[in-house]
Amino acid sequence: MSKSNWGGQRAGAGRKRAEPTVTVRIPASSKEAILKLVRHMKASSSVRFPLSLEPLLLTQQPALQFIPRMSYSVRAGFPSPADDYVEKQIDLNEELIQHREATFFLRVRGHSMIGAGIDDGDELIVDRAIMPEHNRIVVAAVDNELTVKRFYQRNGVVKLLAENPQYPDIEFKSEQEMVIWGVVTKVIKSV
Amino acid sequence: MGRSNQGYQVGMSTFALIDGNNFYVSCERVFNPKLEGRPVVVLSNNDGCAVARSQEAKVLGVKMGAPWFQMQALARKHGIIALSSNYTLYADMSNRMMAILGKYSPSQETYSIDECFLGLDGFNTDLTAYGQTIRRQVKCWTGLPVCIGIGPTKTLAKLANHIAKKQPEWTGVCDLGKLPEHALNDLLGRIEVGEVWGVGRRIREKLARLGINTVLDLKQADVAFIGSYFSIVTQRTVMELQGVSLLQLEEVTPARQQIMCSRSFGLPVTQLADLQQAIISYMTRAAEKLRRQSSLCRAVHVFIHTSPFRQKDAQYSQGLTVTLPKATCNTLKLAQAGLWGLKRIYRSGYRYAKAGVILMDLVPAKIRQASLFIDHVADKNTGQLMQTMDSINQRMGKDAVFLAGAGMEKRWQMKQGNKTPCYTTEWNELAVARC
Repeated sequence: MSKSNWGGQRAGAGRKRAEPTVTVRIPASSKEAILKLVRHMKASSSVRFPLSLEPLLLTQQPALQFIPRMSYSVRAGFPSPADDYVEKQIDLNEELIQHREATFFLRVRGHSMIGAGIDDGDELIVDRAIMPEHNRIVVAAVDNELTVKRFYQRNGVVKLLAENPQYPDIEFKSEQEMVIWGVVTKVIKSV
Repeated sequence: MGRSNQGYQVGMSTFALIDGNNFYVSCERVFNPKLEGRPVVVLSNNDGCAVARSQEAKVLGVKMGAPWFQMQALARKHGIIALSSNYTLYADMSNRMMAILGKYSPSQETYSIDECFLGLDGFNTDLTAYGQTIRRQVKCWTGLPVCIGIGPTKTLAKLANHIAKKQPEWTGVCDLGKLPEHALNDLLGRIEVGEVWGVGRRIREKLARLGINTVLDLKQADVAFIGSYFSIVTQRTVMELQGVSLLQLEEVTPARQQIMCSRSFGLPVTQLADLQQAIISYMTRAAEKLRRQSSLCRAVHVFIHTSPFRQKDAQYSQGLTVTLPKATCNTLKLAQAGLWGLKRIYRSGYRYAKAGVILMDLVPAKIRQASLFIDHVADKNTGQLMQTMDSINQRMGKDAVFLAGAGMEKRWQMKQGNKTPCYTTEWNELAVARC
């Protein structure tokens, strides 16, 4: 009988390998480090890895590095002559606000303070930490409303002055009736 | 100092507990002087129950947690003003208050939105005067009234705060450490034991059966005797009342172990589609919180239920926990899991009143178990997507970008009939000053 064509090895069958493979035992404690090494080799394009040895990705970040990574990037061309002069940007919070916890923004409605440069729709920066003094512009609670006026306090007379002749001043018999809410430090307006 | 430091170190200590008076109402009053001197209540989410009451409302007999619909007659008669809760405002005002208080001590424990402990060990000064200075500054800078309790233990500081609040003769600051023993006992003998921190209704009832009715009774109880009836926590309370400081300040808030987001609906919801929108919205909010504390979650719980108050309705309540293949903080994946769970618990024919999600089994983002079946590159991309979403929403306002599944028109959204503007956090909602 002639030799059967069935069974046995067939040339070209099975998984393609670039080269023969072997199974290796390693200490369990070294597993992580060796897999990282394997992955690193796989990641670098110079070393081609046989497909059959595709390692499982176990962590996200490779910790093992063979090439020191530069902390700066090198670009072709001139370095910027301004590099040494880079400063932080202007921060309006820092410039305009003295007491962060005590500072509030309020929006103006009305026209009684146009003489002080405060117009309808402007925003006010109000600092409650500042002591209200004579002649400062303040926000006060009057008749259940927050009101912007100039604070007048002389010889026992307390008034809230309007900065528009068409509006009356508000006079107080005693300071008890009026609660100063805060002192206006800045006006923000659109132009 | 972390939670682990909450040991049984015994030593001479001094604590202050600073607590905002009727905090939510006070926040509202800062920006709305009309509310001054009038009975005001702040209602819980969905305008359900009173969660804060002004002194005037308390005097009228409005109880904490009372459902608003039961108060209608009283409200009309006395002109009680009811406001929807504005947690954005309260949180901002709380942050301001806590920042100011933090300057008064090297150690601070923010205990809740309106209370914090300060460590005053070794302060060689008149603590009552110090307390008055603190009160004045908080009132001046933020407009919020606070009361201060001082004592050699946290439990006594908390009790002192209660006394400062209830008894006007202390003008807002009560230092129990300063009182001679007999005066202190005299004071404690007139306070009901239920006012002690950690003594809830059940413990109070059990104590009453043992003949312990006042704070003084509890203070003078035998620790071993208490230990035979109650847990070690109550035993510790007794020792703290006796002036032995066992509870330390916890300055670092431990990362939350669960994150819950749930709301009652404004109207009863029957359709699955509406519930899906709600679940996606809540999941979005919960996932944002999760990422803010740099955690991942490994399981999500979804629940829905009908209203137990509408007794004529058929009742249904169900929840389901979905385990995730891998810990994640990705809104898309969490929403997917939530919807999967919802579909399994949803039954048609019920009028649903509430839905919610709970993120569970939280782990720090750093330790994360790898999985064989997860595509890591895709994972990294969605991580960037989440970061981008968060930063856009932070810059452009809540929900500037959101999952379309959360719906454009949210029919189920809760009632907030009388919510005040976000005076301090939204440029378009600033408080108005007339002139």
